[in-house]
Amino acid sequence: MAVGRTCPKIAAVSLEVMIQATGLTKVYGARTAVDHADFEVRPGVVTGFLGPNGAGKSTTMRLILGLDRPTAGTVTVNGRPYRRLPSPLREVGALLDAKAVHGGRSAYQHLLCLARSNAISRKRVAAVLDEVGLTDVAGNRAGEFSLGMGQRLGIAAALLGDPPILMFDEPGNGLDPEGIVWIRGLMRSLAAEGRTVFVSSHLMAEMAQTAEHLVVIGRGRILAETTVRGFVGANANSHVRVRSPDMIRLAPLLTARGWSVRADEGQAIRVYGVAPETIGDLAYHAGARLHELTVVQPSLEEAFMRLTADSVEYHAHAHPA
Amino acid sequence: MRIRRKARFRDAVASEWTKLWSVRSTFWSLLATVVVTIGLSALLSIAYVVSAARGPSFDPGAYGLAGLNFGVITLGVLGVLVISTEYATGMIRTSLAAVPRRSRLLAAKALVLGLITLVVGEAVSFASFFLSQAIFATKDLDVTLGAPGMLRAVLGGGLYLTLIALLSLGVGAILRHTAGAITAVLGVLFVLPIFGAFLPGGWGRTVQKLLPSNAGGAILATRELPASLAPWTGFTVFAGYTAVVLVIAFVLFARRDA
Ligand SMILES: Nc1ncnc2c1ncn2[C@@H]1O[C@H](COP(=O)(O)OP(=O)(O)OP(=O)(O)O)[C@@H](O)[C@H]1O
Ligand SMILES: [Mg+2]
Repeated sequence: MAVGRTCPKIAAVSLEVMIQATGLTKVYGARTAVDHADFEVRPGVVTGFLGPNGAGKSTTMRLILGLDRPTAGTVTVNGRPYRRLPSPLREVGALLDAKAVHGGRSAYQHLLCLARSNAISRKRVAAVLDEVGLTDVAGNRAGEFSLGMGQRLGIAAALLGDPPILMFDEPGNGLDPEGIVWIRGLMRSLAAEGRTVFVSSHLMAEMAQTAEHLVVIGRGRILAETTVRGFVGANANSHVRVRSPDMIRLAPLLTARGWSVRADEGQAIRVYGVAPETIGDLAYHAGARLHELTVVQPSLEEAFMRLTADSVEYHAHAHPA
Repeated sequence: MRIRRKARFRDAVASEWTKLWSVRSTFWSLLATVVVTIGLSALLSIAYVVSAARGPSFDPGAYGLAGLNFGVITLGVLGVLVISTEYATGMIRTSLAAVPRRSRLLAAKALVLGLITLVVGEAVSFASFFLSQAIFATKDLDVTLGAPGMLRAVLGGGLYLTLIALLSLGVGAILRHTAGAITAVLGVLFVLPIFGAFLPGGWGRTVQKLLPSNAGGAILATRELPASLAPWTGFTVFAGYTAVVLVIAFVLFARRDA
């Protein structure tokens, strides 16, 4: 980050827990939005909070910020309930809903109101406006902002207190591709400074490019708490794509060994559970020419679909690899 | 090194001060309060002076403060808006993330609103008084601040407007909806007395006296009125209503999800 105090650098993933949920539950009438959620968020990496629409991501974030009261369980930020933080904006910066702004105020005034409530200087207001690129429109009414500008204003508000913990709920919403690249870089650099970055998304591709750690939620339950890599490995199988003009000879040899073989597009096949070296050697000895031999890592999407498809019974706590 | 200190109540007050002055509705409702309250008091005084019919029960003090009833509307609306627009825009969640102690946030709002309406309320009350008495003076009908109960009525006018704003803030916090809260406030203050007037018998008269605007408005009288509570008694009753509404507002504000 270009401006502000630097957080203490943390070499590897720290053992500190910055956000901790224990048995966190929120029931709205007949609907259980968050169901006995246990998870931890640590500093130094971007932790993705992944779940389909309605999974309970926003509700969980509101509970973390003390905006909604848990029906049961607790969630602490830096060891304390949010409501008991002495200067909350200096400890947690959050962007939940970029539209949660009085449209009649200018961007500058909006941030100034927030800054004053936590004894943050005017200089800092100017600095964050600059950082998100809103300096030129700082005097304009926030109600006239485009979706993307509103999102930037929300991010400026989150950065205002130079907090060690940052939370973003679907920050890519409304941003153009350039904006998305910018926010990805911002989140990664915030994490690299040793901060805790917790970011929700229902888009797997988005998470794959930003997060290192994942907390996966489905129907209010935490389905997995793991690294992106570990998550993919545990929830989808990698395969080897094989293309050969001598497939007629090669395929029976593969199936004869009991390996699982499926047809793939482009006259190729997928072989599961075997290393490419083994397939290559086998083809060599059989005299079959190989035109392609590729290890295909399954996408996060696939892994996610598999995991959430049966999210009702499934309750896994995979640990970081 | 930057000085880092805990956020305190006064920071929340500073924030609410900035919030209030950075939206247009504040300026417009205060301008409307000043212009229309003083203007109506003056217009009524002129109408009285030019009209031929003058009864013996004429109370120049009360007449000169009649415009304050308009201030009840504008400052009531301001009190509601201070909290209801936060709900309407979603700003309340941003505000509560910044000041998560609910009672601190609402108390800061009440303090800032109370201070501003006290200053404006007293200003329009005194201005209405002096302007109307200057008009009455043309026919030698005027009274001075030294007249019995007059200073109390004028000072009380500003206090009454302050309580109106605080009561409205409480209603706004309870209902969390601009139109609903304004309707409730104006309904209680202006429509209830109309129904109250139809209540029969002695208990009907007692109820009528105790209705919020009748009780609170008693502070404006400089003559003893049989249909009304004594000035400070009425004012105390109204302050009691305001306190009850604010207590409910604080309790609900602390308990409810934002
Ligand atoms: N205030 C509320 N009152 C009633 N139900 C609610 C409330 N807030 C959330 N819910 C319900 O709780 C569930 C979880 O909602 P939530 O907004 O937390 O999901 P989400 O993961 O953020 O979804 P999305 O990706 O669509 O933003 C949904 O079924 C929603 O309808
Ligand atoms: Mg959501």
